Amino acid sequence: MFFYLIRRLIYAVPIALAVGFVCFMLVQIAPGDPINAIVPPDAPQEVVEQVRRDYGLDKPLPVQFGIWLLKVVQGDLGRSLATGRPVWSDLHSAIGNTLMLAFSASLLGFIMGCILGGLAGTFRGTILDRVATTIAVAGVSVPHYWLGMVLVVIFSVQLNLLPAMGAGPGGSADWVWDWAHIQHLVLPSITLAVIPMGIVTRTVRGIVAEIMNQEFVVALRGKGLTGWGVFLHVVKNAAPNVLAVLGLQLGYLMGGSILVETVFSWPGTGLLLNSAIFQRDLPVLQGTILVLSLFFVALNLAVDLVQTALDPRIKRA
Amino acid sequence: MSATTAAEAELALQARQAAQASDGYWQGVFRRVRRDPVTIACSLVLLTMFLAIVFAPLIAPYDPYQGSMIRRLRPIGTPGHLLGTDELGRDIVTRLLFGGRLSWFMGIVPVAMAFVVGTFLGVLAGFAGGRTNMLIMRVTDVFYAFPSVLLAVAISGALGAGIMNAVLALTLVFVPPIIRVAESVTQGVRNLDFVDAARASGAGAFTVVRVHVLGNVLGPIFIYATSLISVCMILASGLSFLGLGTRPPEAEWGLMLNTLRTAIYVQPWVAVLPGACIFVTSICFNLVSDGLRQAMDVKG
Repeated sequence: MFFYLIRRLIYAVPIALAVGFVCFMLVQIAPGDPINAIVPPDAPQEVVEQVRRDYGLDKPLPVQFGIWLLKVVQGDLGRSLATGRPVWSDLHSAIGNTLMLAFSASLLGFIMGCILGGLAGTFRGTILDRVATTIAVAGVSVPHYWLGMVLVVIFSVQLNLLPAMGAGPGGSADWVWDWAHIQHLVLPSITLAVIPMGIVTRTVRGIVAEIMNQEFVVALRGKGLTGWGVFLHVVKNAAPNVLAVLGLQLGYLMGGSILVETVFSWPGTGLLLNSAIFQRDLPVLQGTILVLSLFFVALNLAVDLVQTALDPRIKRA
Repeated sequence: MSATTAAEAELALQARQAAQASDGYWQGVFRRVRRDPVTIACSLVLLTMFLAIVFAPLIAPYDPYQGSMIRRLRPIGTPGHLLGTDELGRDIVTRLLFGGRLSWFMGIVPVAMAFVVGTFLGVLAGFAGGRTNMLIMRVTDVFYAFPSVLLAVAISGALGAGIMNAVLALTLVFVPPIIRVAESVTQGVRNLDFVDAARASGAGAFTVVRVHVLGNVLGPIFIYATSLISVCMILASGLSFLGLGTRPPEAEWGLMLNTLRTAIYVQPWVAVLPGACIFVTSICFNLVSDGLRQAMDVKG
């Protein structure tokens, strides 16, 4: 286990570097001179030349990558073109909000998915199975940004029950644990929870059905265990795989919440990305995507390690 | 003892496969699809949609770009405008018909391109093994380090808005997963007896791949690719929804959803119509893909 941990950590380094390289290339594939991504278009010529030298943009590409990487490692993601503030200062308040949303959505999706998938897997072929599977397919097929709009139409426009926009009253961007803020969290969380719900339902159904067919379940029944007893054994066997799926979903939601955040004007990384795209603010785009992807890499690593630690059947050296 | 049973099981399996082969593989698939009402219903819905968007210029009652300042945001059921009008007074039925063309295009073309590229690279990696495999699969790993939505947004965000940029970005998103599937099925086929037999009788690498490998791996890869169409369509419309992808005044479901979003307090039910179209198309593609997977007996 210890050696596996070390090997897995070492393996994550080149991946993280490659992710950095892809993010670095984002600015390079953007049409036009990358210098335009740093200085405003109306800057005088000598300023442009000055900045070009300062940023090392007159040097060959690999050297530029090295310089960029060195800055990133020190926490310098550059400055926003639109606001002039360091990218990191905007990013770090946004990440908290996105995490908040992603966590609550994953949790909701996970609970719903486990219930639906567990029922479907246990009572395979019944009407219950049909209903659960249909909900799962609908969950993975629905364009969630549209679902968000529909929920706003129903609960905000028609029923006037829940707020449609922002993370708190008066457009406050900082999360506080009070009733008004929780109300703002409800609709975006439900919207975002639909995807993990569908996927977790499918996974849990498959795993549970497979486990129920195994001999040890028959043996447990033969031993005289019923209902809860068997159920606990099934849970114990299914847990590592289900947890792995949940971990990955959390990562996908971190990156995938951009559309939902746009619908609900949720002040997270998605909204930040959206405005960066709108203003062609490439440093913000690059920085946000880099941080989110590195988070995803770290999460993948964590999931892998936790799964190995939890499941004695996986022997990795 | 166990060797005998294994050999017997193998023989029985071969006999069963031979019996099925005499029936014809595709006949069997077709027979199984015909018994699956969900797949048939969804296929019919998709077929109807396809015909409607192909013949959109013939059946659409209005011009998709011709607005009217006095007929803006009419509700569903307005005489002459069955599903109402949008924020510029354009007929929703017409816009939906024309919008389907771009949405379908952007849902299918990236997957089709990724299918070609991904199959090529995946089969190459799986069949060649060694360094080639290592190189292709490690590069694939890097793209797996990005959540798919983020990768699509990143690439098309950097390239800027435009249909072709979005198609390019989406293709790049779907190539790595197809490579992974293609590589693993090819590895499964590569070491089977009939491949060795073909090699022993003097077939070159190219012939082996073309005749023996492709025939056995294309089915599973194709099924996997069809399951991606629904995701691709949602992502493509999502890009347009963010202002990437298609640009106004073009009609596209995601873009329509974006521009109608401002009208959500005026005509809420008109505003959500384009999304309903995406939803129906996407769920039908998913169910047809599931049905085909079962009928073709593809695992995974």
